[in-house]
Amino acid sequence: MFQAILATASDAHGPNPLIPHTVEIILGGVFFLIFVAVIAKFVVPMFEKAYAERVAAIEGGMEDAEAAQKEAQEALAQYKAQLAEARHEAAGIREEAREQGAAIVAEMREQAQAEADRIVAAAHAQITAEHQQALAQLKTEVGGMATELAGRIVGESLADSDAQRRAVDRFLTELEGSAN
Amino acid sequence: MSTVTSIESSSISVLGSRISAEFNPPGPADFELPPFVTLGSVDVTKPMLMFVVTGVVLALFFWAAARKAEVVPGRLQFAGELVYGLVRNSIARDSIGSEKFLPFVPLLFSLFTMILVNNYIGLIPFLQFPTFSHFGFAVALAIIAWVVYIGAGMKVHGVFGYFKHQCVPSGVTGLVLLLIIPLEFLSSIIVRPITLCLRLFANMFAGHLLLMLFAFGGQYLIFEATSPINVTAGVLSFLMFFMISVLELLVMFLQAYVFTLLTAMYIGEAVAESH
Repeated sequence: MFQAILATASDAHGPNPLIPHTVEIILGGVFFLIFVAVIAKFVVPMFEKAYAERVAAIEGGMEDAEAAQKEAQEALAQYKAQLAEARHEAAGIREEAREQGAAIVAEMREQAQAEADRIVAAAHAQITAEHQQALAQLKTEVGGMATELAGRIVGESLADSDAQRRAVDRFLTELEGSAN
Repeated sequence: MSTVTSIESSSISVLGSRISAEFNPPGPADFELPPFVTLGSVDVTKPMLMFVVTGVVLALFFWAAARKAEVVPGRLQFAGELVYGLVRNSIARDSIGSEKFLPFVPLLFSLFTMILVNNYIGLIPFLQFPTFSHFGFAVALAIIAWVVYIGAGMKVHGVFGYFKHQCVPSGVTGLVLLLIIPLEFLSSIIVRPITLCLRLFANMFAGHLLLMLFAFGGQYLIFEATSPINVTAGVLSFLMFFMISVLELLVMFLQAYVFTLLTAMYIGEAVAESH
């Protein structure tokens, strides 16, 4: 009945477009299947290959980048550690230098003090010696002068006599006692 | 009565002889073009020839585009991959699922490219005939799609298992099944291929008919009519022709996309683990 309706429709208004041509179905189907086979054999595998390679390349690139970053971070950490170590070392050296400097300064000061003390002591000794010498000389000279003076006054030489020297000594002792 | 005879006479008319005193609106007869050659008992018609030629050209194009398969694609490979990526990722993978879609990519890619180009042929000057306005080609593709999705389903679930998978929704028990099973069978097994090919064919057929109507109508109004109103109407008719051509650009892409997408979805549903 359906065929009959279609057939009458065709008669009334030209060919019915809903009746497919068998030739077209067969040709369309067969040729399309050949087309699919060609696509499946030559096109899809190549595109998939390119796609897979691209994915691999991108993933490889990402891995490389990650590795490089890791390496860079390690290097940075190493540098930082080295820098800290160097700083620490420098601080140590500075401290040591300061200590050494202080020690040197103290030593120098001590030496200078010792030198100064020595000089002062030497000076004192010299002064004392000179003083003693001068005192002794003075004693002799004063004795001589006094004897001479007394001889002149008394009129008799007292020189070269023990009594004379004893008298001078006595005199001088008395003189010192009165001076003190 | 005279209109009927004029339509019938138009079945053998060619473009030039269309201009006559009386306007013959284009009809189904205009889709029956005279054959180029007759091989034995087979008439080789324009759509048949174009279907084969587009297939050969497409195969050559994509072979050339895919041949080198470079990681950094050249211009040609990039163009090929653009289309391939659309079908592979947006249609096949999204509809079928990322584990099972690869074996179906060649079919879906072929469907999309062949339908798309054969549709656009309807707008290319001098060719200007959408292959799928002949029902037979749409039927051929729908049969292939039908066989593939049922076959894929049977391969995954077994013959009986597939029908159970497709016709018995999980969670439905009792007498409702008496209603559901025939309905599901009808919609999943019978109706799907029919709507698939009818949709494609009808869109192409109607679009081409509409374009012919405005083209021939405009031609008739401008060259045959005498009053200025008719000439104006003819110009408007040509304007409509261009506007509908633009609309057809969209429809032609959409039909190729929808046919491929629905096929992918039917396959995806057939090979899915459960509903």
